[in-house]
Parts: sequence; structure tokens; C-alpha cells
Amino acid sequence: MAHLVSIDDVDMRYGGAEGTLAVSGLTMRVDKGDFAAVVGPSGCGKSTLMKLVTGLHIPQVGTVIVAGQHVTQPVSIVGMAFQNPTMLPWRTTLENILLPLEIVERHRHRLRANKKEYVEKAEHLLELVGLKGFGEKFPWQLSGGMQQRANLCRALIHEPELLMLDEPFGALDAFTREELWCVIRDLHAAQGVTIVLVTHDLREAAFLADKIFVMSARPGRILKEHRVPFERPRDLEIMYETRFNDLVHQLHGEIAQARAVA
Amino acid sequence: MTTTTENSTAPAIVAKQPARINWVKAAPWLFTLGLFLFWELLVRGLGTPVTILPAPSRIFQAVVQYWSPLLKNSAQTLFTTTLGFGLAVVGGLAIGLFIGWSKTIYAGLYPIMIGFNAIPKVAVVPILVIWFGIGTIPAVITAFLISFFPIVVNVATGLATIEPETEDVLRALGAKKLDIMLKVGIPRSMPYFFGSLKIAITLAFVGSVLSETVASNYGLGNMMASAQSQFNVPLVFAGLLALAVEGIAMYSLMAWIERRMTGWAHRSTMAN
Repeated sequence: MAHLVSIDDVDMRYGGAEGTLAVSGLTMRVDKGDFAAVVGPSGCGKSTLMKLVTGLHIPQVGTVIVAGQHVTQPVSIVGMAFQNPTMLPWRTTLENILLPLEIVERHRHRLRANKKEYVEKAEHLLELVGLKGFGEKFPWQLSGGMQQRANLCRALIHEPELLMLDEPFGALDAFTREELWCVIRDLHAAQGVTIVLVTHDLREAAFLADKIFVMSARPGRILKEHRVPFERPRDLEIMYETRFNDLVHQLHGEIAQARAVA
Repeated sequence: MTTTTENSTAPAIVAKQPARINWVKAAPWLFTLGLFLFWELLVRGLGTPVTILPAPSRIFQAVVQYWSPLLKNSAQTLFTTTLGFGLAVVGGLAIGLFIGWSKTIYAGLYPIMIGFNAIPKVAVVPILVIWFGIGTIPAVITAFLISFFPIVVNVATGLATIEPETEDVLRALGAKKLDIMLKVGIPRSMPYFFGSLKIAITLAFVGSVLSETVASNYGLGNMMASAQSQFNVPLVFAGLLALAVEGIAMYSLMAWIERRMTGWAHRSTMAN
């Protein structure tokens, strides 16, 4: 199968020739339909990786190829979600979710004529993440966890082939976070979308991903790639099994070592 | 002055009317009434000559006596102020959006704007008179010049404080600068914009009256200046009263528009 994302020997430096080297010699591949997680010590260039794949930054050295296309400008087949849900407070939740459709070239000209169809799609997504009937509420009337669910809907509304998540559950409490893990697990299973999740949480990575990339300290590169052997569908109970803990333990050791080297 | 009024009048009224009254709603009227009462008593008690500080009763007498010129000049001042303010809204919004558009323009134009704003507008009026003659036009322009700055600053601030994540999400979808401005920047800066209108409208009155005082044959500024030269102090105060009423009315109008247009920004403190 073709790789949806392939990054080859990429260097990315901020602020001119003397600036900080954020990633160096970065090479990674994500297959179509995969759920990949990227973990590493803080400041290892995980967010840079996000921006490289979405085309917000163009690397100085190396190539980034997404869906067979050389990335030289923002790629609209990607949906993004950050730790901060960044819902626009003057729009209802439903209008917030429809926002990407007003931007993406392929949808923006169809939106007005096919409004009903799109609204139905948004409501279907809301139902999938457990927010049925909340579309008319304003985002500031929702709790943090609910806003983050809506944020996922917004990232998915334009049917992206690739979903990039930058610590989307970082600011939530432990129970809400586990709930949203299950939401994202089910979305992945139902929509067949490729997901790249950048996270600090090793248990989150081990529970959700098929593949885990461990990054080094800055300048970031991939130290190790793990294939997660657990069968799907996975239940939250898996986190109390020995093989799960062994994997988390191993990841923890690798990151501790990467931090020590830096 | 207002605090003394509160102490002197409020307890008396409480004692008289034990029935349930919405004090918050009544407060503006009671305080204004108290201020006038205090003023009246002060003038009578000290026996201040009318040419120094006329009592409110004497001022209202002047209002009745000169109602026709007062009305005409008030209308003129309201007209120049509103026109200047309207221009400031259009110009301020345009310049604010222009400045907020890019960091370079912001950096380049901001110092110029501050320098411009620091110039006392009374020094600009003579130049306007050389260009346009005396009368309505310099008053409108002065009102414009003095009131557009807060609008520009507020709109530009609203645009400059877009969250980087929001911008990333949209840019990754292929949004152009114009898309981001239309979908996020402009709606975002609207609370700042409508908030600045309240400041701008009161400043616009300062500008128009200033110009009318120095260089016009119409308007409250001119009327007060000529009343002063004839030692008709009650009429001067009647003019001030008319200005205060117009100012409060326009301010309330702006506050109402602000609430109507940007309710989302007031309903909560943007719970994120």
C-alpha cells in the first residue's frame, strides 16, 4: 500500500540560517488508514512535524509528500485539532463545525446550494461524538470536553484523508480524556481516516495507535518506531494488562534516555 | 461632588418611601436630581453671584427663555458631531482594518498615528479655517480627527490578537488572508469596535464644540462663546446642559448598539 505521508530526511530551521534547528534528518512514513502516534521529550519538534505535514511550513532540506503530492503549500485534505479548541464564540457549535466548508475550495461553492446536506452531515458527526442536539448551543455554553468533541467534528467535516491532532486531550481531566479516547477510536474505525496524534501521554499513544514514533530531543528526529500489537477493537480494560504496561514502560525508558542525551 | 450628593439625599428618600423600589434603575435619576439640589443649595447658601455660578433654577429659566436659539444651535452641534463621528466610524474602521492587516503596516503607521493624535486639535482648527473657511466644515473635520483614533486602535487590536491556532487551522485548509480576515478577524474585532464607539462619540462632541467656539457662527460652541462675551452666564450653562444631554443620549445609543451587535461577547467571559 502507498504511504499517505512520507517525510524524507527533512531539516527545518526557524528564523534564518542562524536560527533554531527544530528537526533534523526527520524520516517517517504513515500508511493510509493508519493511526500513528508521535511521542517524545518536550520541545522535540512535534508541533513542527504537524506544520510540516499540513504545509504550514515548508522544510529547507528534504521532502514531504502527502497523498502523492509534494507539499509546497497548505494541503486541504488535512483536518487539524489542537489542545485549545479555538471555537469562534460568535458562531453556534453547528456553524463552527461548518466553518471549514466555507474555506475548502471543493466545498465553498457548493455550500449555499447544498446547505441541508452539509448540516445533516454535521449533525451526524455531532451524534458520533455524543453531542447530539447541542448544535444550536454556543461553544461557551459547552464544557471543555464538549468543546473538544465539537473541535473533532470541525476537523472531520470536510472529510479529510488525514487528521492531525496536537495534544487534543491535554487540557482535560482523566475521565473525560478516556471518554474521548473511545470517541476517537470509534471515529477512526468508522471513518477509515488516517490519524497522526502528537502527544505527551504514553498511555494515550499505546491505547490508540497502530504505530508509535519516538522522537529525540531537539533537533528532532525519529529514534524508534514501534508497531503496537494489540488487536482491535480495544477496550479501556487493556490498559491494566501486563503487555500494555510493558509497552508504556519501554516507551518511557526510551524518552527518558532521549532527554538524558540532550 | 456626586458622593456628597448621595449622602445628603439618599437617606431622606429611604425614610419617606419604604415601598419596594428598584434602586439600581432609579439611581441615575436620583443622583442627577441630588446633584442639582446640592448645587442649588450651595449657590443659595453662599450667595454666589449669577455671573460666577448660576443656580440650576436660574439655568432652567435661561433654557425656557432662550429655547429657540438653544434648540437651533443644539441641532447644529448634533449635526456636525454626528457627521464627523460617522466619518470617523467609516475612516477608523477602514484604517483599523488596513493597519491590522499586516505587521509591517502596523509597525509603520502606528507611531505616525500616535504622533498625530498627540497634536492638540485646537491647533489644527486655524489650519482648517485657512483651507475651508469658518462654519460647519471645520467643526465636522475636528470631530472626525479627534474621534477616529480610538476606533482605529481598537479595530487594529482586535485583528492583531487572533489566536495562532485558529489561523493555523484555517490556513491548513487553504484559507487566504482575506478569508481569515472575513471569517475570524473582523467578527473578532467587532466588540472592540463597538466598545470604542462609546469613547469616540463623546470625543466627537469635544471636537465639534471646540471648533465652533473658535471658528463658527453656529452651534452650541459659538452660542456659548457669544453668551460669555455678554456676561450671560446662565445661557453658557444652559449650553453646557444641552451638550451633556446630547452626549448622554448619543452614548446610550452607542451602548445599545454595542449590546445588540455583540451580545456573544457579553454573555460570558468567553469560557474557553
